[in-house]
Amino acid sequence: MVTRSGPAAQGPTLFSTGPAVSVASVAAVEHSLAGAAHETPERDAPVEILPVKALPFVGVAVAAVIAAIGTNSTWALDFFHVAGGGIWTALDLFLGFVLGPILGRMSIPARIELTKKLMPKLVLIIPVLVTMTLAAGFQLARHNGMLDTSFSRHAWVVASFAVVGVMAVIAIGLLEPANIAVLFELRKPQPNPAVIEKLMRRFIFTAGITGAMQIGTLIIMTRLAS
Amino acid sequence: MVSPDQVAWANRKVPPVTGLWMLSLALIAGGVSYLAAYLPKRAPLGPAVGLLVAAAVVLVVGVVLLARQRDFAWRRFRQVAGWTLLAYVVIAGMIEYAFVYDHTRGAVLVVMTSMLCVFMLAPPLLVGFTVARFQHTS
Repeated sequence: MVTRSGPAAQGPTLFSTGPAVSVASVAAVEHSLAGAAHETPERDAPVEILPVKALPFVGVAVAAVIAAIGTNSTWALDFFHVAGGGIWTALDLFLGFVLGPILGRMSIPARIELTKKLMPKLVLIIPVLVTMTLAAGFQLARHNGMLDTSFSRHAWVVASFAVVGVMAVIAIGLLEPANIAVLFELRKPQPNPAVIEKLMRRFIFTAGITGAMQIGTLIIMTRLAS
Repeated sequence: MVSPDQVAWANRKVPPVTGLWMLSLALIAGGVSYLAAYLPKRAPLGPAVGLLVAAAVVLVVGVVLLARQRDFAWRRFRQVAGWTLLAYVVIAGMIEYAFVYDHTRGAVLVVMTSMLCVFMLAPPLLVGFTVARFQHTS
C-alpha cells in the first residue's frame, strides 16, 4: 500500500533547491516503491531498454535519409530537415518545460511508471530525429550554397554550427547516458531510488537546457530561411 | 527502507571522466565547425589538427583514469559501451559517406575522418560509464 504519495510527503523533488536527495525523501521513495510493487503485478516485467519492435522503423528512416542525400532531392532534404527539426525542437521544449515540471510534482510510483514507459521510446526517437535533422540540414545547406563563405548570411550558418555543437555535447554527454542508465537501474530487482532521482534530475535539467537552446536554433533557422 | 549506504552509493566519488569525454567531444565539435565554416574552400588545417590532438589526448586521459578503477562494473561497462559503439559506427558511417560523397579529399578527409573516430568513441564510453558506475560489482 502506498502511504506517502503526495508531493508534500515526498520531500525534495526533481526541482527542489535543497539537498540533492535527503535520506528522508529516499526512505519515502523506497516505501512507495515497495507499496506500488504489491499493487501492480505488471511491475515484475523487466524494463525494456530498447524497443526492438521499433528498430525496423529506425532502419527505414535512416535509409530514407541516406537516399535523400544520395539523390540530392531538394524536397526530401527539406522534408527531413524541417520535419525532423520541428519534431525534435517541440519534443525538447515539451520535455524540458512541460513534462519535466509535471514529473517533478507527480507521486513517486507514478513518476517511476511514466519513466519506465517513456524512456525506452526516447532512446530511439531522439537520436533518430537528431540524425535526420542534422544530416539532411548539412546536405541541404551545401546544396543551396549556404555553406559557401560568400553566402550573405554565412555568419548565421556558422552560429548554427556552434549552437548544434553545444547541444550535441550536452545531449551525448549527459542526456543520453542518463536516459539509458535510469533504465538499467529500473531493471534491478531493488532499484536505488537515490540513483533514479539523480539521473532523472540530470535528464530533465539537460532536456531543459537543450530546449532553451532550440529557441536559438529557431531564430537562426528562420533568419536563414527569410 | 533505503539505507544511507544507497544514498552514498548514488553519490560516490568517481574519476571526472564524464567531464573529460565531454570536453573531448566539444573539441571535436569545435574542429568540425571550424573546417565546415570554410567550405567549400579548404581551411588552414593547423588549428583543426591541434583540436583533434587535444581531443584525442583528453579522451585517452579519461580512459586511463577509468582503467585505474578497481571497484567498477567492467562487465556491464563493456556490454553497454559495445552496443552503443555499434550504433555510433552506423552514425559515423553515414557521416563518412557524406564526406566522401561531397568530394572531400586528401588531408582534409584524413583530419575529418580522425575527428569522426574520436566522436565515435566518446559516446560509448560516456554511456557505458554512466550505466556501470551505478552497478554493483559483487
